[in-house]
Amino acid sequence: MKVKVLILTGYGINAEKELAWAFKMAGGKPHILHMEDVIENKSLMRQYQILAFPGGFSFGDHIASGKVYGNLVRHHFLDEVRAFVSSEKLVIGICNGFQIITKMGLVPDLDGNQTQTVSLIENTSGRFEDRWVHLKVQPNNSPWLRNLDELYLPVRHGEGNFVVQSPELLYLLNQQHQIGLRYSHPQGKEVEYPYNPNGSVENIAGILNRKGNVFGLMPHPEAFIFPENHPNWTERMKPGPLGLEIFENGIEYFR
Amino acid sequence: MTFSYAVVQDHFFRVFSVFHCYKWIFGQEWITDIVISFQRTSAMNHRIEIKRKPAFKDGRENKVLDVIREDTGIKPLSVRLIQVYHLFGEYTGHDLNRLILELFCDPVCQEASASFHFARNMDHDFVIEVAYLPGVTDNVGRTAAKGIGHILGREIKDSHVRSAWLYLFKGLRSKKEAEHIAKKVLCNTLIEQYSILSKNEVDSGKIISYSLPREAHIKPPYFFEMDLQRTDQGLKALSDQYVLSLSLEEMHAIRNHYRKSSVRKDRKTHNLPENPTDMELEILAQTWSEHCKHKIFAASIDYREGRKRKKIDSLFKTYIKGSTEKIKKTRKDLLSVFVDNSGIVRFNEEYAYCVKVETHNSPSALDPYGGAMTGIVGVNRDILGTGMGAYPIFNTDIFCFGSPFTSEKALPEGLLHPRRIFRGVHRGIKDGGNESGIPTVNGSIIFDPSFLGKPLVFCGTGGLIPVTINGRLSCRKYTRPGDIVVMCGGRIGKDGIHGATFSSAHLTETSPTSAVQIGDPITQKKMLDFLMEARDQGLYSGITDNGAGGLSSSVGEMAQATDGAVLYLEKCPLKYDGLRPWEILLSEAQERMSLAVPKDKLEAFLTLSKKRDVESTPIGEFSDTGYFECYYKGTLVCRLEMKMLHEGVPKMELEAVFETAREERLKIQSTDYGQNLLYLLSRPNVASKESWVRMYDHEVQARTVLKPFCGKDNDGPSDGAVLKMFPDSCEGLVITHGLVPRYSKIDTYQMAANAVDEAVRSAVGLGANPLKLTGLDNFCWPDPVQSKHTPDGKQKLGQLVRACQAVHDVTIAYQCPCISGKDSMKNDYRGKRGKISVLPTLLFTVAGKIDDIRKAVSFYFKRPGSAIYLLGQTHPELGASEYYDMQEIKGGCVPKVHPEKARILYRKIHQAIGERLLESVHDLSDGGLAVALAEAAFSGNLGAIVQLETMGNTLTSEEKLFSESPSRLLVSVSPDNEREFKRIFKGESCCYLGKTVLGTDIIFRDKDAILIHEDRNILKSTWKEALNF
Repeated sequence: MKVKVLILTGYGINAEKELAWAFKMAGGKPHILHMEDVIENKSLMRQYQILAFPGGFSFGDHIASGKVYGNLVRHHFLDEVRAFVSSEKLVIGICNGFQIITKMGLVPDLDGNQTQTVSLIENTSGRFEDRWVHLKVQPNNSPWLRNLDELYLPVRHGEGNFVVQSPELLYLLNQQHQIGLRYSHPQGKEVEYPYNPNGSVENIAGILNRKGNVFGLMPHPEAFIFPENHPNWTERMKPGPLGLEIFENGIEYFR
Repeated sequence: MTFSYAVVQDHFFRVFSVFHCYKWIFGQEWITDIVISFQRTSAMNHRIEIKRKPAFKDGRENKVLDVIREDTGIKPLSVRLIQVYHLFGEYTGHDLNRLILELFCDPVCQEASASFHFARNMDHDFVIEVAYLPGVTDNVGRTAAKGIGHILGREIKDSHVRSAWLYLFKGLRSKKEAEHIAKKVLCNTLIEQYSILSKNEVDSGKIISYSLPREAHIKPPYFFEMDLQRTDQGLKALSDQYVLSLSLEEMHAIRNHYRKSSVRKDRKTHNLPENPTDMELEILAQTWSEHCKHKIFAASIDYREGRKRKKIDSLFKTYIKGSTEKIKKTRKDLLSVFVDNSGIVRFNEEYAYCVKVETHNSPSALDPYGGAMTGIVGVNRDILGTGMGAYPIFNTDIFCFGSPFTSEKALPEGLLHPRRIFRGVHRGIKDGGNESGIPTVNGSIIFDPSFLGKPLVFCGTGGLIPVTINGRLSCRKYTRPGDIVVMCGGRIGKDGIHGATFSSAHLTETSPTSAVQIGDPITQKKMLDFLMEARDQGLYSGITDNGAGGLSSSVGEMAQATDGAVLYLEKCPLKYDGLRPWEILLSEAQERMSLAVPKDKLEAFLTLSKKRDVESTPIGEFSDTGYFECYYKGTLVCRLEMKMLHEGVPKMELEAVFETAREERLKIQSTDYGQNLLYLLSRPNVASKESWVRMYDHEVQARTVLKPFCGKDNDGPSDGAVLKMFPDSCEGLVITHGLVPRYSKIDTYQMAANAVDEAVRSAVGLGANPLKLTGLDNFCWPDPVQSKHTPDGKQKLGQLVRACQAVHDVTIAYQCPCISGKDSMKNDYRGKRGKISVLPTLLFTVAGKIDDIRKAVSFYFKRPGSAIYLLGQTHPELGASEYYDMQEIKGGCVPKVHPEKARILYRKIHQAIGERLLESVHDLSDGGLAVALAEAAFSGNLGAIVQLETMGNTLTSEEKLFSESPSRLLVSVSPDNEREFKRIFKGESCCYLGKTVLGTDIIFRDKDAILIHEDRNILKSTWKEALNF
């Protein structure tokens, strides 16, 4: 049986197709469903092992990125999403998807009640930017990041600046190994702009819930599924791990 | 909860002053509805303010300060940004608290208030609030209305939520300064309004508020008769008064039609006046506009070149379509050319691609942001409206501006500064593309003083479509009489009325501004996704987009398939009441498609549409009556013969002249080539556009395998883009373009020939198969029709004839057929200080198949020790080059294309790429060899040592370095492959120049002289910083 992946779309989500490619290449069976189809038939969710929130511009990022889409999910099927998370299934939110699950409180979910404690706000550069960044995988217990150490992926966002409500909560995130990814410098130097592309606190690029089955990240692993997505592939060098490996990890978890 | 908010009680209701500024636009009045008063004006009027908590810095604040400093010279100490939402209607205090908590305020980093609060409680000298004018699309307001609706469980009208930005400035010295900042930086008064309060005014209790939108209703009569029984002068005045852009001949043709006895009889039986109704005349003006009918390209031209004289019956038929017809004989992949919204080309067994490039010059001149955004989302709809509907997979955007360093004094009255146009256009393209999820993979930004008069904004999109859908060929439409006309997507407002006729006119100091529209990419994205589902379920039989001319154009065109249509305009969903029937038909409100839906599919179509949160409304029916008819509330307001509408426009008879100019090689020798190279690299045309292009998403959809930037540091300039089309195949599409308007200063034939060559050579250099290329021609010309205002019309038309001949000749030589194109013919500005006409410009875009993307080649040097070769012959061609332009040298010989020779070279390059013999291939363009080699070296973090003796004895060092002869490429070859490489290029012009080396030295020698010895890091930083503002 192939692992079934539900990719939620609609209202301006736009990176669902390549995310489906990625899960398919990783050996899964992805379905792209419009949110309204899930609202109409909430029990659909039970058929799936993985729930994915792709990138895009849901509701144009107006008011705050991911806010209105997240509100719709909360309003219509929060219980189903909670059940999904507590049944050890996997959830991933990428870019706008990360913004959505952050504003819904699915990550880092420090109190278990989905209270929003962190946020993703405008880049300190004040600009949307598309650039490739180096990432360092942090010690964690997430199936999504198994056997990964370093990654090289593109970011494409205007609101990826990760902030935390208080220093105490940031300390807790570190303590509980809920920081999945940090922006890094390839030569190990201080990580400043553009290596940290958005001003995120402690160079945080991706976080987890406590169990590690919900993963949100700003960079786009689904944009590096072919070796030729790498900006320097024409030098015919061996590219490091593809973003694809994250999805393979997700599928592998259920094997 | 850790966030704070405050609901401030209202103490006063005394209205202090109500500003009603009237703005006359086209005889309509827009009223700014900002109200400055003491306290809130009514209980139906609520204000929510959102601010960052002090601990979280807002990156946008510094950006605003930077732009203010750069564009106005004013240096405020600080600015704070407050997002404002204005709600009309009944909300309890509890409602507002809930909305703040659940929707508007991020509890982590924001604070909120439900009143005019922060200006009172924070330090500042002046506050400026900016909001859209009523009636202008407010996307944030619309999303907020939706978000409120979800939470409170009731529908909120879009117009009942207004968004605004409040800026709190410290360090401004006077209200005048604040006013200057508002007008020059924060607000475009065509579409936005601002109000300013000083600290004292705020302290005295003044607040900023808005008035409730007023709804006007229209009363009968629903049409007016347009009396055409006038003198010629009277007819001309009528055309001007209503911005019809109809010529006298056309007015006569219309009058003659209405005088026919058959027409008079028909009108009598249908209770219509003898003269056209306002709607009929508007439809004719739109359908016959230059923008829609391309009358100049269809004209009969009497052409003289020296003593030769020639009659040309339609430039389009003779040269553009003419060359494609010739090439078509050898190509089986051209599925649909020149008939649909874009050309369709077979890509493989299963799929076809289509490409379209449009211009949006006039709207971008007036409102750069809105104009450019509607340009890009508009051309996306062209793709969606191609065949049975294609899915957009890439954008390509090319801009031509006046110099960003133009002094304020040199700026003609009524025009925006090029820097402001640049910023606005860029932001519009960025938001339009990024928010739609379509990668911007290719583009250019070029500069010339002539583009002060009108910026050129080319927006292009490519799409993908299965060759057959539900067992039918997708490159056709299947509309039948009886199918329902359905309008899908956004609602109709007064936006963009007269866009088609206005863009067919020149700009003046007082150009009309209701021609401006704002796009909403998210509404369009929802519509796109919905229509792809509907397409695959077979729910419609025909589709086209609503662009220029709105429903008049889209339904008018679709009705040709069945020979008629009838519309019931009162059914059309409106943004607000008060539109005249003709305005409903002509409105260019965005995000709308027109569809033909078979009656038995209508219910399914409308159900799916509703589920996808897309508004679709049946508004009429396709017929075979031979008439285009419109009713409004039971009254027939338009009945036009289809034949008259589409074929009645009189053919223009024009004269064109071309006088050959003598070109002479100049004997100028400068000495400091290194310094000249540095200057060249910092020229806006050559300098890096990275800081701008980086803001476009160029890799969403995961297809982009050669990106706009390549190189060791991902910041070198690619010659074009390569897309891997499918996950399970290596087939790809290459996208490039060429344009060199500078060469028009000497000869438009070579300007056009070079544009085609540049696009083709870049595509081939990236790895495209030279036998599988297709092209798009986009002409932007100054008015070429001889008149009082255009005394040199014949010459300008002569230039156009030459350019068309070049497209014909060169595309045939390269077997690169035009599949689609567009022309924009009135790119002039007329003001008190005279006229500014743009340089005659052809943009040529190429899409080409690459059979295996793994063989694609990027432009930069890869490793030390590789051999550097120059392919293609260099001639002493510095006329109108970037180098001469920099030195303000006029004259010289313009670069000339020799397509027959180049074709052979390109085939060999393709062979060498196929055998993987080339490590890098870089197109030589602006600045010639010196610039190309510098770019290839510094992007590869390598040095290069070259000597130019092999280029021959007949050229000066200057010519070798900077000549812009076309059809040349700089390649690097690993020593292992040199022998094989030389074998392939035997007999071609193939000059060995030198080697790549480690380190930072870039050295050019000629014989014993060192021409250039520079450090690549310095070259690179010069190149990178010049346009970084």
